[in-house]
Amino acid sequence: MSRVSPVANQKRPMAPVANGRLVRLLLWLGGHWRTAIVSGLFVLSAVILLGRAVQLQVSEQGFYVQQGGDRQQRAQVIPAHRGMITDRNGEPLAISVPMDSVWINPMELIKFYAQLNAGAVSMKIKDRDPIQTLAEFLSLPKANLQALVDSNRSKQFIYVKRQLRPSLADQIRAAKLPGVGLQREYQRFYPAGDAIAPLIGFTNIDDQGQAGLEASYNNYLAGTPGQRLILKDAYGHEVDDLGVIKEAQPGHNLALSIDRRLQYLTYSELAKGVAEHQAEFGSAVLMNVATGEVLAMASVPSFNPNNRASMTPALTRNRALVDQFEPGSSMKPFTITSALESGRWKPSNTVNTSPGWVRIGGFTIRDHRNYGVLDLRGILEKSSNVGASHIAEDIGGQAIWTTFHAFGFGQDTGVGFPGEVPGKLEDWRKWSVSGTAAHSYGYGLSVTTLQLATAYAALADHGRYVQPSLLKVDVPGTFVQAAPANDADTVVSLLQSVVSPLGTAPKAQISGFQIAGKTGTSRMIGTDGSYSKDNYNTVFAGIAPASDPRLVLVIVVTDPQKGSYYAGDVAAPIFHNIMSGALRMLNIRPDNLPNEPPQITAASTPVPIKPAKAGGT
Amino acid sequence: MAIKFALKPPKAIRECLHRNGPLGSGQHWQRTAAQTLAFVRRINYDPILLFFLMLIAAIGLVAGYSASDQSVIWVEKSAFRFALAFLLMLAIAQIPQRFFFTIAPWLFGFVVLLLVAVYLFGDIGKGARRWLDLGFIRFQPAEILKLGMPMMLAWFLAKRPLPPRFFDVVLALMLIAVPTILIILQPDLGTAILVMMAGLFVLFFAGLSWWYVLGFGVAVSAAAPLMWFYVMHDYQKERVLTLFNPMADPLGAGYHTIQSMIAIGSGGVWGKGWLQGTQSHLNFLPEGTTDFILAVYAEEFGLLGLIILFGLYLAVIWRGLTIAANAESTAGRMLAAAISMTFLVYVFVNAGMVIGILPVVGVPLPLMSYGGTALVTIMIALGMLMSIRTQRSFLGHER
Repeated sequence: MSRVSPVANQKRPMAPVANGRLVRLLLWLGGHWRTAIVSGLFVLSAVILLGRAVQLQVSEQGFYVQQGGDRQQRAQVIPAHRGMITDRNGEPLAISVPMDSVWINPMELIKFYAQLNAGAVSMKIKDRDPIQTLAEFLSLPKANLQALVDSNRSKQFIYVKRQLRPSLADQIRAAKLPGVGLQREYQRFYPAGDAIAPLIGFTNIDDQGQAGLEASYNNYLAGTPGQRLILKDAYGHEVDDLGVIKEAQPGHNLALSIDRRLQYLTYSELAKGVAEHQAEFGSAVLMNVATGEVLAMASVPSFNPNNRASMTPALTRNRALVDQFEPGSSMKPFTITSALESGRWKPSNTVNTSPGWVRIGGFTIRDHRNYGVLDLRGILEKSSNVGASHIAEDIGGQAIWTTFHAFGFGQDTGVGFPGEVPGKLEDWRKWSVSGTAAHSYGYGLSVTTLQLATAYAALADHGRYVQPSLLKVDVPGTFVQAAPANDADTVVSLLQSVVSPLGTAPKAQISGFQIAGKTGTSRMIGTDGSYSKDNYNTVFAGIAPASDPRLVLVIVVTDPQKGSYYAGDVAAPIFHNIMSGALRMLNIRPDNLPNEPPQITAASTPVPIKPAKAGGT
Repeated sequence: MAIKFALKPPKAIRECLHRNGPLGSGQHWQRTAAQTLAFVRRINYDPILLFFLMLIAAIGLVAGYSASDQSVIWVEKSAFRFALAFLLMLAIAQIPQRFFFTIAPWLFGFVVLLLVAVYLFGDIGKGARRWLDLGFIRFQPAEILKLGMPMMLAWFLAKRPLPPRFFDVVLALMLIAVPTILIILQPDLGTAILVMMAGLFVLFFAGLSWWYVLGFGVAVSAAAPLMWFYVMHDYQKERVLTLFNPMADPLGAGYHTIQSMIAIGSGGVWGKGWLQGTQSHLNFLPEGTTDFILAVYAEEFGLLGLIILFGLYLAVIWRGLTIAANAESTAGRMLAAAISMTFLVYVFVNAGMVIGILPVVGVPLPLMSYGGTALVTIMIALGMLMSIRTQRSFLGHER
């Protein structure tokens, strides 16, 4: 060591004051400053390194343990199984099937390729080119996938393909590609297809209800997703399952009031009728009179809910609930009910409808021809606008409004369907004199198919209004007496004449059953806001069997272009086809057995009735 | 026939074996053992240094097995490299130290010429012009200077009166400055600083007056801002800035530092246990077998493991300084001391980088990091250290 320290330093004479130990030490250091510096560096290095190690590993250990956990663990969503939608008998209408979606982490992929190019990829990772391999699995062009990665460099999660078939997903999982992951998902499958699609609606790719009952009951069906903790490596591989943090809560099953067989029948017959008459669209509601349950609800045109590409807003519309129309003559039974309820009219009372037209409030109201003197049955049978107007004039707007309102018109039905409209029934005080008359034969107000069906069901059920339901009803709900039972029963019996050979809808007759019903043919309002001369809305609302009403069916066919545009020719035959099938399927006892004298239908073609300016059949 | 021939040793070996008596006899074994012992005794090595170095290498293999994801192949390759490196060290230790100083000026001059050549014609790898491709071999001349520089300065200063006169100090500083600047131009700031420090250590141990040392300290303090604004490249500045706030860019510049600090910090006092480190085994820790092996080790063996390892390194350096202090020749003393201090710098820079107090530079941890060139350089240096020690006993005590 002596030569390390220069001789000059060593030979420096000791100062005479060098008595204290500290001074001696300082003097010694002065003589051996080089050694001191080296030793100092030595000790300093050791202190810095160990001090820092103590800081990291003792004082801040918890922080770094947590930091490590944040990077190494990932909470993975466990999707909840979406509840099934079934018909009233438990037949599936919408079910969730487990599928897998493949996603990539562009940041990890870019990091992986950077390390691959630098030759720094760990020996354990023997993956092939992940982008190439994934592109082969998915039969995608590699360039597309590469572009997806490049254009999302700063993202950590991008779906590549949703809802793969499980066999392919298993292959991708087995390949263990870095930056590529699979996520369990559920795909919604609709076994009944287009027959009920507008009612059920559909979910989006994230399993969230987007339309129809899937949307309105989304929270009930969806359930709560759970969470699982995954140990992952730097390339995003799932290395280990650290356990479930929260179990997924599956959604509830939803049982509808729909009967699948009746739904098929209703949809197919309606679709046939709409196609036959080249109509724009149509809807039908079949209802259980006693419970208010909707047994079938069809809307044409429809779509294939299993193929999202087939969906357009026009096709997914549930015409029975979201479209409203002027019901026309199908409102006359309620006008008659109102008349009976007022106590001023009995079924035997007559109205002289000559000369086939009447002028009220500056408007001329016409029947198709001069029917002469008609009793109440005759007014319904011939669908006399003049007769209905006379009655309206007599009993007044308030009475009519009260009856209409009691039967649910202009109000929300309460079924809770997204986009459902409540129709329109203005306060009677705003009605003009001609407006009062118009309401009596179904103009000036608008209704939905379901509202009309519910009102007819109330009429059929001795005047008891039961709130309609799209869900299965186990215990029949309460009812509101919309009209006296006697009056309602009377109107139902009067309505049987409509399907007689002399009525407007003989084609709705079903052999073996007594049928009550009413046609409605109304002019549509054109784009210019006035009534069209070429476009008609046809309605037939019917009750069967009339002696002990069980079912109500309302058919609406809008804008038929081929053949007759009268409801008796368009909607009534569809009613016949559906109702006869429904009565048979539900095994409902016929109330008009053929041992009675057979009714001979002479001329089945009714004489066309020329509608007035605001007329109808 | 063919087998019989193959089993028969060549004549020369047969005769050699029979010199110690008939094969397999007791006499034969005794003589062979005695001759082997005599041969081993003639090998010049420092047992203390060798002991500590082998302990460090053993720890390196243990940590490396974990860092390489328990690859036996890696451990075999690494152990083979260590074996070769130790043989190289022992071989260098047999060379009389005079030889190092004889070749020093030629080596130094040659390498400086190579640096100029690299500057003009070098291959560009990873954005820096460091490599010289001679057709059959591709190497970094700067690496040679890590040893060439202290050898040259020790040779240069030992011939002159000590402590060095002002003129000699200026000449020595020029000798340091020329290659340093050439390396900075590559650019490779890390190597430049190591080379420069190796030279300055020699100057320091040459008995430089403390005025110079003080002056140098002041100059460095003054130069640092100048370096920052005029010499350092953006990526180098970024590394320094990252050091102060690694979380600013956790996936970019700060990635290495953060992952390494997480590994060390989460290890705690006792460590997670061998092969239990999560940061390394889940591949979060980059370059776990090379520059960042200390993080792998610290995660699994904790603070306790770090204390032991740092203790071993300090023991090696202390032994080196002891060898320097006891060296007979001036040049040998200066070289040995400079090598020891450079070793300290290596350990400090690597460990400082891994524990997040120094910027990320490619300095390996001696005997732990898996790497070819650096290991060769270090082992040659340690061989020289042993040569300087044994030289003394040749001169001092007749054996």
